[in-house]
Amino acid sequence: MMTLLVLLPIFCGVVLLFSKSARNPRPLALVVNFIIFAGVTLIALRTRGAAGFTVESIYSWLPAIGLQYRLAVDGISAVFLLLTAVVFLMAIFATAQSSFADARYFGLLLLLEGGLLGTFTAQNFLHFFLFWEISLVPAFFIVRLYGGARRAAASIQFFVYTMVGSIAMLLGFLALFLATGTFDLSELAGTRPVGGFGPLLAQKLNWSSLSPTALGTIVFLLAFLGVAVKVPLWPLHSWLPAAYTQAPTPATMVLTGVMSKMGVYGLIRLILPIFPEQIEALHAPLLALAVITILYGALAALAQRDIKSLFAYSSLSHLGYCFLGVFAAAKAGIPGLENERAAAVNGVLLQVLSHGIIAAALFAFVSFLERRTGGALEYESFGGLRKINPAFAGMMGIAVFSSLGLPGLSGFPAEFLIFKGSFSFAPAATAFAVLGLLFTAAYLLTFYGRVFFGPLNMNRSAMADLSAAEKLVVVPAIAISLALGFAPQLLLAISNPAVTALVQQLKF
Amino acid sequence: MLAWTIYVSFLGAVAAYLAGAHRPAFVRVIALASSVLSLVISLIGAAQLDPGKVTTLAHATWIPSLGITYFLAADGISATLVILTGVASVAGVLFSWNIQNRVNEFFAFYLALIGGVFGVFLSFDLFLLLVFYEIAIVPKYFLIAIWGSTRKEYGAMKLALYSFIGSAMVLVALLTVYVLSPAKTFNLLELTAAGALKGQAWLFPITFVGFAILAGLWPFHTWAPTGHVAAPTAASMLLAGVVMKLGAYGALRVSMTLFPEGLKIWQTAFAVLALIGIIYGAGVALTQNDFKFVIGYSSVSHMGFVLLGLMSLTTLGLSGAVLQMFSHGIIAGLLFAVVGRMVYERTHTRDLSILEHSGLGRKMPFVSITFLLACLASMGFPGFSGFIAEVSILIGSWQHLPVLTILAGIGILVGVGFTLRALQKSFYSAVPHAAGAEVPAAYEPVTFPEKSGAILLLACSIVIGLYPRLLFDLIHPAIQQPMFTKIISAG
Repeated sequence: MMTLLVLLPIFCGVVLLFSKSARNPRPLALVVNFIIFAGVTLIALRTRGAAGFTVESIYSWLPAIGLQYRLAVDGISAVFLLLTAVVFLMAIFATAQSSFADARYFGLLLLLEGGLLGTFTAQNFLHFFLFWEISLVPAFFIVRLYGGARRAAASIQFFVYTMVGSIAMLLGFLALFLATGTFDLSELAGTRPVGGFGPLLAQKLNWSSLSPTALGTIVFLLAFLGVAVKVPLWPLHSWLPAAYTQAPTPATMVLTGVMSKMGVYGLIRLILPIFPEQIEALHAPLLALAVITILYGALAALAQRDIKSLFAYSSLSHLGYCFLGVFAAAKAGIPGLENERAAAVNGVLLQVLSHGIIAAALFAFVSFLERRTGGALEYESFGGLRKINPAFAGMMGIAVFSSLGLPGLSGFPAEFLIFKGSFSFAPAATAFAVLGLLFTAAYLLTFYGRVFFGPLNMNRSAMADLSAAEKLVVVPAIAISLALGFAPQLLLAISNPAVTALVQQLKF
Repeated sequence: MLAWTIYVSFLGAVAAYLAGAHRPAFVRVIALASSVLSLVISLIGAAQLDPGKVTTLAHATWIPSLGITYFLAADGISATLVILTGVASVAGVLFSWNIQNRVNEFFAFYLALIGGVFGVFLSFDLFLLLVFYEIAIVPKYFLIAIWGSTRKEYGAMKLALYSFIGSAMVLVALLTVYVLSPAKTFNLLELTAAGALKGQAWLFPITFVGFAILAGLWPFHTWAPTGHVAAPTAASMLLAGVVMKLGAYGALRVSMTLFPEGLKIWQTAFAVLALIGIIYGAGVALTQNDFKFVIGYSSVSHMGFVLLGLMSLTTLGLSGAVLQMFSHGIIAGLLFAVVGRMVYERTHTRDLSILEHSGLGRKMPFVSITFLLACLASMGFPGFSGFIAEVSILIGSWQHLPVLTILAGIGILVGVGFTLRALQKSFYSAVPHAAGAEVPAAYEPVTFPEKSGAILLLACSIVIGLYPRLLFDLIHPAIQQPMFTKIISAG
């Protein structure tokens, strides 16, 4: 069934791409997304409480090089699937009044969605890589064809950066295949010898001048580069502000909401269970990079004077917490800390869903502002909007507070769990990361004050409040954020069994 | 069965010539019928073949006193390349549909070239193989010198000289083998079975370079870009699509199987040359302003992967190299078809800085989608044939050549760079129309033969990309024959 859910958007996407005459492509995209949403919800409910894979289909594609079509869903995948379904629905709702969104746009969007669903359900590296790369092409063209003034440079930078990471990751896993004879991710994680794959690599690879440890580290770094660019990790982030600000805003919702999570998914599925020793060996530098990503993103956001760039850097900062949680969890433990490890990874998954939905909602608000001002997004072109647009101010306020981690909203349990889990393994890094919350509060409140408080900007005196169609985009996101804020166990019931199983495999 | 591909092509060549220049439509139909028939024969023949062993197709004594026989045979590798030749020849005819000048001679040379190529892939007698090899060179010269463009005499002569030098090197070495070997035969199977030959340390590099010149081995690649650019579209397609494969095939089938010990000595040296080819070819392609030169140098880069796969001396690496030969044959053919036929014959320029202003993306939607897909295939995107080939090659090369493998990754990235650049400048240019530049508002529509040819080639790349077992099950068992396992154990 899941295979059909992956193929459905790809098929419909290709149909839309080749039927430029289709006058009203949006209903088709909506129907496809409702089907996906229903299917994904059913699958997620089935994974509740189960540690293993609930939906699985296997087909031996090319045995000689270990290429297998292995699609399977566990609690970890289910989180990403839910996120995809929700954010794409929001992104399509958000195009209600966008004139640019033609059949080709929706075709590309559906192709991207198919690629993402395929990535989040793949359990064989080459299968994963197929969808990982497929999703890059529609994303590139969405930026390239529908983006802002600097779209050409932004799209190329995005493509090239991602390709650098992808090729490195491919090389790393090819070496791993040579050593182990498999591309199957659960098999790699399950059969990982204590001490890691270094000795096995040294035995199979004729690179005699390198020690097994060094070889293991090189292969890890190659594989890691792929996800580090995709999420991204500082200093590999420089494609992000360009791509996020140049993409049409409804597409940015998808880029930050879901596409950046491909990297997080890779981090949890490809890196953490397969290379824990290597992460541990590089624990301090990796944690430092994660903390820098958090703080740099937040400080850069503080320096922005443009709302879209603000949220682009804000996304960078929030994604840094995902790195922090995963890196911290890969530390040879003091016994009895298994729960903390699981807490960190569960926190990352909660952050994935929370940030994905909230960031998508924030960019949706940006697109609403853009539509009202005709493109101007500098702080100066707003001010005092609360008086004339109370609903706008109120709802965006909730989203902003969720983003800065106010208790009762989903950002809080996510970051709390990450901090709680990480603190046992990386107290110093966690302490610095908490500092990030402060900067986050600073830039979000600055932004909110400039736009919604103060004297009313006279250019905006006739600005319309949120329409019903616009509320349809953001209200569900706010509802989800509230629900997860008060009852994070809704999600943890799905993710925790799989996370516990994953964490138990991390023997050092 | 497969041997008929050779006879059908030569008969087609004669028939096309005799049909006469005054009946161009008839000549084209003959050429198309002959190449489609070859393709069908090659598919049926491949389906019937046991890919894991050398099946004799024809065996007759020819010059008994010298141990020369007319010996045609095939295994999975031959079959793969015969299918490639079949596909490329059909596509080439479709993209030459508009040839006006001396039509009958054009297709006669064209089909003779195809026949020679089929012959090389199916010969298991070394003398016969060289005869077919030379047969393929001569029509190539005329195709370029008569129907070519940009510096055609220079390109044709350079190509012919390089090819003859290469085959002369091979001939000298093979005569030495004949003299040294106690078997006194040119039969490849008997020679490889007879045991280690003497003088491998220098016989191997002579034969390998002799063949690999035609595969675009750096630094002997310089014929390739000039030849590709000078040739008419169909000839560029064949040149990049199948003629370069002759060199790689000969290197694998003859020099590597005959001299496994020499191979071991020279493995790293040639692997380094292959790697330089990958990076250098891609790097030069990044700087070219002539659209056809971009594609020409990209062929050097892609053939570097074939050679790297060969030098990996692993089962997967060799299989990947053969698959890459197929894949590159299809993709290079398509790229040259887009650039040489679909774009050049409408815009009459290949200068990217002019094409940039022409708004090709909007005016030729079919061509632009074709080129986009061809570019993705050329970058080695998953879902296209090149991906499986590169993955196999790189798994193989990781084993003995880890540093080169990582550098090859950089080569892939440079490849992504030049492909994106070409794509950006040609079809997705953001540059507004320059003031005063004369750009037609529309170009003549893409014809039916062009569309069929493009769809045929794209379909091949995508089908193999999505279901690689179709070819891998032909190639992989063939690589496990004794003649190749000797190579692998040497590594």
